[in-house]
Amino acid sequence: MKKDLKLKGLHFSQRTNEIISKTLSYFGLVLLSLVWIVPILWIVLSAFRTEVNTDGDLVGIVVSNYFPNKIGFDNFINLFTGTFYSVKYAFPLWMLNTLIVAVVSCVISTFLVLSVAYCMSKLRFKMRKPLMNVTMILGLFPGFMSMIAVYFLLKSIGLAGNTSELAYMNILGLILAYSAGAGMGFQVAKGFFDVLPTSLVESAKLDGCSNFQIFLKIILPMSKPIIIYTALMAFTGPWMDFIFAKVIIGDGAPECWTVSVGLYSLLFGEQSDASLFTRFAAGCVCVGIPIVGLFMFLQKYYVEGVTAGAVKG
Amino acid sequence: MAIVQTPSPETGKEKKNIFLVACKAVGHFFTNVGKSIGLFFKKLGLSIGRAFKNMYQIFVDGSVGTKLSFFFCGVGNLFHKQFIKGFLFLISQIAFVLFMVLCPEINNTPYGWKALANLALEGNPISQTIFNPPNPPTKIEADDSKLLLLFGLVTIAIIILYFIIWISNIKSSYKSDQDRKAGRKPTTFKQDMASLLDNRFHFLMLTPTAIAALLFTVIPTIFMISIAFTTYNDFDMNAATDIYYKNLFHWNGFTNFIDIFQGNTSLGREISARFFPVLGWTMVWAVFATFTCYFGGILLAVLINKKGIRFKKVFRTIFILTIAIPQFISLLAMRNLLSGQGPVNQILMNLGWIDSAIGFLGLNTTGDNPYIAKFMVILINMWLGIPYTMLMTSGILMNIPADLYEAARVDGASKPKMLFKITFPYIIFVTTPYLISSFVGNINSFNTIFLLTGGGPTVTGGTYKAGETDLLVTWLYKLTIDNQEYNTGAVIGIFTFLITATITLIAYRRSKAYKEEDTFQ
Repeated sequence: MKKDLKLKGLHFSQRTNEIISKTLSYFGLVLLSLVWIVPILWIVLSAFRTEVNTDGDLVGIVVSNYFPNKIGFDNFINLFTGTFYSVKYAFPLWMLNTLIVAVVSCVISTFLVLSVAYCMSKLRFKMRKPLMNVTMILGLFPGFMSMIAVYFLLKSIGLAGNTSELAYMNILGLILAYSAGAGMGFQVAKGFFDVLPTSLVESAKLDGCSNFQIFLKIILPMSKPIIIYTALMAFTGPWMDFIFAKVIIGDGAPECWTVSVGLYSLLFGEQSDASLFTRFAAGCVCVGIPIVGLFMFLQKYYVEGVTAGAVKG
Repeated sequence: MAIVQTPSPETGKEKKNIFLVACKAVGHFFTNVGKSIGLFFKKLGLSIGRAFKNMYQIFVDGSVGTKLSFFFCGVGNLFHKQFIKGFLFLISQIAFVLFMVLCPEINNTPYGWKALANLALEGNPISQTIFNPPNPPTKIEADDSKLLLLFGLVTIAIIILYFIIWISNIKSSYKSDQDRKAGRKPTTFKQDMASLLDNRFHFLMLTPTAIAALLFTVIPTIFMISIAFTTYNDFDMNAATDIYYKNLFHWNGFTNFIDIFQGNTSLGREISARFFPVLGWTMVWAVFATFTCYFGGILLAVLINKKGIRFKKVFRTIFILTIAIPQFISLLAMRNLLSGQGPVNQILMNLGWIDSAIGFLGLNTTGDNPYIAKFMVILINMWLGIPYTMLMTSGILMNIPADLYEAARVDGASKPKMLFKITFPYIIFVTTPYLISSFVGNINSFNTIFLLTGGGPTVTGGTYKAGETDLLVTWLYKLTIDNQEYNTGAVIGIFTFLITATITLIAYRRSKAYKEEDTFQ
């Protein structure tokens, strides 16, 4: 009898424990979610904020209320039709530039990364280990160190630091700079190829397939997740990168800035102005929505890549 | 109570002496580095010797064509009627010789042998016109030392490339000799091309990356390392009495390195006074940024993946948002949210909790508390980094064998105990490579600092272009891009490399992933 009671009591307390721990977990998660959402929501709200200050201009950063009193699309209209840094329709132009850079460098980078990763993973040749070590050592130098030299190099062949009519050459230079280093970031893809069974490659060889055929007909069809992951990283890179684009293209050619350089200049550039903040926020929303959409759409592949990268380094 | 088996190889004894183990590892590392450098040079010397012997053997054994191909590329292949290959080799040799002799000029700076001579960096300071009556006047342009150095390096790279072509030309001819001797036909051009898709597929696939990496990574890196040994510093060069010298610099050995450590000159004193504080903060930042994000991420993953929690997907999506949003957007949003005029300060002031705006990120006035800014930077970095670790560890959490937990529960282990004895050790064991690379990544974490604080708040006293929250990398950026003090910047870059390289090598050499790279398949 006594034993029974004790058991019942234990059972009861466990249940309570569970409820308490569950409630606490929900509470913690909701609180954390709020912390994570507040800054993002603030940018979105600012993008739609159309309050005017005492001078009759749109308010910028100076606001004491988190939620706007008046909302509308004025910021977006101003942003898309506005002239910034004496470039007409600057923002759509920046978007277009970034899209071009992203698409081209995505194609080149994906090709380079996959080819290098395949060689390092499935082929055996004399220089394999030395090349991998050299790549690792080069990767340890801070990127900014070589950035300025890359700028001089590109400038000496006319692909960087141009102004006025030749300015579009800078975009070509930026594409080169983005995709040239891509092949050295093969580790994640190599980790993926490593796990693919080598026996497949060997049996294909016995059947008389060349290495090229094996790559094209056996390895690539099995590599959809890593192809998508690599392409996603390469495509979103130019939208997210800011400093490389700023250095290669330079301040002298606002018509070929990428969108991140342009938006940064709205806030902190020579012609920046606190009242531009809401337009900056509108720009962020325009850039953020497609990128976030892409991430969410391809989330599965992204997570696979990240997990593989974590374990293989 | 039974001991819960953890997958970690560490025993309790070792854990206690973790500091000692780390010291030993560092000690071992340096003796090992010494040994392996010695071994490397021994190996290098041996293989060079062997290569010379081989070449000599080829010269003695080879046919007339092979002997001639030591001097004229492709002749050996022409002898063997491999015309396309032979002509390609010949054309590459002619192009190389023309390049070296004619010295094509870009921006008035020559390539070729002149570029090699120019590596002395003693350039021509003034552009002048020389009048020589019967002939038309010739104009000599002023030189630009950075281009002299850069073009010299490019020329050296081209010489190395040519050397590789030269060797492969001899080898190809010798191979055809042997094919003939064995009664086979020398390979046709078509067969050679076909072998590119099979036996030498790696050659075809790696060449584009190798060339791109040579041009955009190797040469720039060597260029900046060289800059560390020069006087390339606009600050000095513009202060020079003669304005024409502003594009010229020269070699000055280890002066810049000595300056940073000893501070012999007044400039050096200023640099060295800032170098160690910045280095210290960089290490503090790297440790905190790595471990807060790492353990925070694991905890969050555990929380979300807890049994019985609903809306897992919704929560996960909310946190993933910060990864998907471009960093410059989320960081600049944070910066403005916390700025002097931003909503956080305004709301706090309206509530009457504070009298004047707090410089959370040290943006508004000088004399801001640097510790607040440092704390905030680490906090915001958690906001950025935790979702990433959460995402990564969620997958690993599912792989932890359930019977481990079961056994622990039977033994009466509490939940926190299970977390510390099973979950953490397992995840740490699996993700050590990530931990190392994220530590190195945080040492070089440019975006977070640059976009959040821009290095601020300003230091009282000698700043030498570095604020309170500046890391080595952001300081490097400010010195080179903003202030054109390239040599000091390059020295700092080299130090950053040495630090990251030491950490990475120690950690990787001891990790399983490195040792078993080959056996994994």
